[in-house]
Amino acid sequence: MTSISSASPGLSQNDPKNRLFGPLPDVSAEAGYVEEHPKRVGFFTDTSVCIGCKACEVACKEWNTLPMDDADGKRDAIGMSGMSYDNTGMLGANSWRHVAFIEQTRVVDLPMPAVGLPGAKNRPDVPQLGAPDTGDVDTTAKAQASVLNAEALAEFDPQTGQTGADKQIRWLMSSDVCKHCTHAGCLDVCPTGALFRTEFGTVVVQQDICNGCGYCVPSCPYGVIDQRKDDGRVFKCTMCYDRLTDGLQPACATACPTQSIQFGDLDELQARADARLATLQEQGVETARLYGRDEDDGVGGAGAFFLLLDEPEVYGLPPDPVVTTRDLPAMWKAAATGAAMMVGVALSAVLGSRRR
Amino acid sequence: MTQGITTPGAGWRRADGPPAQKSQKRRRKGGRRGRNAEIAMVDEAEFTSYYGRPIIKPPVWKTPDVPLYLFLGGAAGSSAVLGAMADLSGRPALTRAARLVAGGGSIASVGFLIHDLGRPERFLHMLRVFKPTSPLSVGTYILSPFSAAAGATAAVELLGWFPRLKRFGGIVGGLFGGPMATYTAVLLSNTAVPSWHEFHTKLPFVFAGSAMAAGGGLCMAFTPVEEAGPARKMAVAGAALELAVVHQVENDESIVSEPYHEGRAGKLMRAARTCTAAGAGLTVVAGRTRLGAVASGTLLAAGSLLTRFGVFDAGMASARDPKYTVVPQRERLAARENGHAPSVSR
Repeated sequence: MTSISSASPGLSQNDPKNRLFGPLPDVSAEAGYVEEHPKRVGFFTDTSVCIGCKACEVACKEWNTLPMDDADGKRDAIGMSGMSYDNTGMLGANSWRHVAFIEQTRVVDLPMPAVGLPGAKNRPDVPQLGAPDTGDVDTTAKAQASVLNAEALAEFDPQTGQTGADKQIRWLMSSDVCKHCTHAGCLDVCPTGALFRTEFGTVVVQQDICNGCGYCVPSCPYGVIDQRKDDGRVFKCTMCYDRLTDGLQPACATACPTQSIQFGDLDELQARADARLATLQEQGVETARLYGRDEDDGVGGAGAFFLLLDEPEVYGLPPDPVVTTRDLPAMWKAAATGAAMMVGVALSAVLGSRRR
Repeated sequence: MTQGITTPGAGWRRADGPPAQKSQKRRRKGGRRGRNAEIAMVDEAEFTSYYGRPIIKPPVWKTPDVPLYLFLGGAAGSSAVLGAMADLSGRPALTRAARLVAGGGSIASVGFLIHDLGRPERFLHMLRVFKPTSPLSVGTYILSPFSAAAGATAAVELLGWFPRLKRFGGIVGGLFGGPMATYTAVLLSNTAVPSWHEFHTKLPFVFAGSAMAAGGGLCMAFTPVEEAGPARKMAVAGAALELAVVHQVENDESIVSEPYHEGRAGKLMRAARTCTAAGAGLTVVAGRTRLGAVASGTLLAAGSLLTRFGVFDAGMASARDPKYTVVPQRERLAARENGHAPSVSR
């Protein structure tokens, strides 16, 4: 077995209706909504215009009355994550939106003095650039002038990276959320039926049913859903199911000031995202890519998808998520063989032993 | 991998905090490493992560509840199979011991399973639906009839009532015994936990072997030696199967077999191997003496128990380190791009 084997061949031929993986044109109908049902809705999170304001996080916490927790999901604790500006840390039972902050530097080959992180020059892992600070007042003054130069700042567009000067820091910010997958691992494995597919094509936990078995937690390839330790049940984004049924937009999308979080019918959002990607690529942003948009990916496409400016794992997203239920028939086959082996061994042991 | 905002490879890298690109030494060889053995450092697995934080959530299952559940379910399942056959072939002492192990193990395993729930009082919610896509749901419908049958059989065995009903109960238990022992492997494999899911076709055999070693070992220890022949044979066969498949898992070239021979999980797996191998050897040499049967049975059960803890721990370790999520997925993407093994129609 090689490392690529988890893209298991198992069933690609035996799942013609894409019940376990692959694209599904109508998730709600597949889930049993035979009557006329609303179109599938979703989020398109365009991280190229995210400013990291965390309005989405706050709106989500307020609307859904989520308890406070620290970066490791510990309830009622204030804690510094010790990284960047991100003290939310991760998605979890109490954080259904999480703004990731990635601070990056790079060497700029310009004959300009360094304007870097405080103390950066003492750090061996941060590349040295330009003229070292030799106490030269003139150089330092120039550096300050350069920083405070509004014109230079205006020239710097952090999203396209068109640097006019010696900028060597950039921020990637991205508001992460439950992906509401076409084939949701959490939904597949829930043994109580607490997790269900709504008429909007989203995936929601029924809190009066969940018995806290915890199976959904490791089954999510994105690490979204989590258990509240003191409560016992699991919680995750509902895409504001209550608001949707009243014809409102989810709280996060409503609060987003830059339209980084866009809510709407999924097909419309996909078209919009494709157009946005084309625009960015036209402007020379070669690293822009859509994440979760591809319906042929391991989860059959996501209901909440993203426009990223770097590799997914930089944002804490898995580069090639897969719904493990895809391999379920192969697993059951092995389990049945194992069980049959047990019976065979026991039978031959009984038959092969002398009775006294 | 952290690349330019406009052009790939423009030199952007993590500004602060832990290094964005962690160079991890990748071990190809694990398994049988002695104290002075060389660790072959083959190629380095470079990967990027978000401040080194895990991508998937580690299971919230409690330990020792869940590993104990795996062990008891396995031991009970294989004992029930053995008990039903011993009953049909006329071995009353072995039948009695097997039924008691099966009944006790199954009832205790149900207890551990319920105790592990976040809301134990809602355990009956498991029975409100049947979901073929959920191994836990399928498992509930294996565990429920199994524990009912095995538990009732053990109870009437102790009380000495209803001999015919006892035989029927024993056979029902025997029918569900095999699935009971192996479904738990599917339960673990059908998660995004890298070191479990990667071996989804192997873990069922590990669990089947481990179950037979434990069930055979326990039955052997509680049965007079002259009737315990089948238990000894099952125990040795199970131990051999377990050792063979665990060896494959531990020595796989994939990075996700690493957690099986590193850290706490590695220690547990090594201890498990020692116990299982010693138990199997002792069974062959001294299994026909009372003392030998008890000692080897105990060793085999301990080996099985340690295997469950080891497998559980390895999975937890692989979930906590983003390396095990990112590196295999990157390799998969690269393989797909290079055109080989696009094993799923994409």
